[in-house]
Amino acid sequence: MRLTACAAFLVAGCAKPFQHGEDVDAGSPSFSTEIHASPKLTSIESAETDGLGRPVRVACVTCHGVRDAGAGFPENAAVLKDFHAGLSVAHGALSCKACHVDRHGGPPMLRLATGEELATSDAIRLCAQCHGPKYQDYLHGSHGGMNGYWDLGRGPRLRNHCVDCHDPHVPKYQPSRPVLPPKDRFVTPAPVGSHHG
Amino acid sequence: MDKAKRRTLKVLGSTLGAAAFAYAIEPLRAWASDMSLGELLQKHYRELTPDEMRAVLARLEADAEAKYGREVTIEDIRPTPGVELGYALNLSVCIGCRKCAEACHVENNHDRTTNNSYIRVLEMEQGSFDLEKGTTTYDHAVPSPGKYYLPVQCQQCDNAPCVKVCPVQATWKESDGIVVVDYNWCIGCRYCEAACPYHARRFNWSKPEIPAEEINPNQSYLSNRVRPQGVVEKCTFCLHRTRKGLLPACLEACPTGARVFGNLLDPNSEIRWVLAHKRVYVLKEELGTRPRFFYYFDN
Repeated sequence: MRLTACAAFLVAGCAKPFQHGEDVDAGSPSFSTEIHASPKLTSIESAETDGLGRPVRVACVTCHGVRDAGAGFPENAAVLKDFHAGLSVAHGALSCKACHVDRHGGPPMLRLATGEELATSDAIRLCAQCHGPKYQDYLHGSHGGMNGYWDLGRGPRLRNHCVDCHDPHVPKYQPSRPVLPPKDRFVTPAPVGSHHG
Repeated sequence: MDKAKRRTLKVLGSTLGAAAFAYAIEPLRAWASDMSLGELLQKHYRELTPDEMRAVLARLEADAEAKYGREVTIEDIRPTPGVELGYALNLSVCIGCRKCAEACHVENNHDRTTNNSYIRVLEMEQGSFDLEKGTTTYDHAVPSPGKYYLPVQCQQCDNAPCVKVCPVQATWKESDGIVVVDYNWCIGCRYCEAACPYHARRFNWSKPEIPAEEINPNQSYLSNRVRPQGVVEKCTFCLHRTRKGLLPACLEACPTGARVFGNLLDPNSEIRWVLAHKRVYVLKEELGTRPRFFYYFDN
């Protein structure tokens, strides 16, 4: 009898789910969340580099504010001969016109599927029209990096913009080499220069 | 017995007694040669009065400067009432770049020679949940096709095996859910390291080596102060940051935003949204450890 009770207790003990304490009302946050204003939204890398070897960025309006983009958009990036030559695009089957507005002079604009025009700094709305579930995740803090305070009652937070991590023309996250290989005694490090995994 | 004989015996006895005592504590003196009296006689963290705590922190700051040549601030930051810290990690998004492990390495003043970190990232075969088959030493471009990446750190269990096995109560669970270690109380028996099913605890085999300029000077008693040799250490959800409302270092370093952190008691927090809307699971649920670290998938 006692054994049965003991066994039941053990099983129940193991099956007990995670439970946190009483919910609290955290009130409305006194600090705000800011979205990083990426320079990629208003400028482009040039072939020049600065003293630190970083590419010099040129504001879009430097050219687009004064010059005519010409006879409309090309069908694809491959036929670009001028400033954006060599631009690689791998974003579904989208053409330039899907997101860019063909304007003559004035600041560059983006365009929603509805035809509504957007400033380039509002690009998140453009991304969100196709990537709804990702946008929902983003709004709830479960997609996209951030810095600052988890507790907005005590300080502000800075969120990444979509284009901080994804190149709008080639949005797939690019593979990279991992950092800080472990060197503790429980692991036998892979020989230097080997690339198996 | 005449008086002279009695005196002789007394003197002899007391001399012998003193000699025996000196001989008996000789090993202790040798062992404590690099330990101040204050350190030797220090009380358990939870028994220190505020004044004693101030004295301990001042001593530890002076020690850090003497041993590592860096002026540091060591605080004692207590949990906030109404806060239980929780962590969630999106396995659909993690790419295995190990930047979280690197950030932990820097933030928590880990030994530079061993690349120590509280986070291990396992490269796992898609479709497999067997941690034994995961590898931590991958060194190729990530993410690799057919793999997913599983970062593992302390799960801050509600039913923590490490706390149960500690013979001296040097590790315990605080009110905000963080399992902490009093590094000055730990005797280095490593029972907790053996008990942890997540392999989350580390033992300092040698005195941690860190160049003075690389030391993170914002430290706290229970988390990222430089640990002494011969004690066990673990992830504390960066309590020196998170108890002040800041995000943990590993989250800030994550380039993909795979990590979500917040207050489990706040129904409007990001982490509660994840727990309510995502397919969430915990590692080794069958062990009944009840972690506060959750893994989830996108659809």
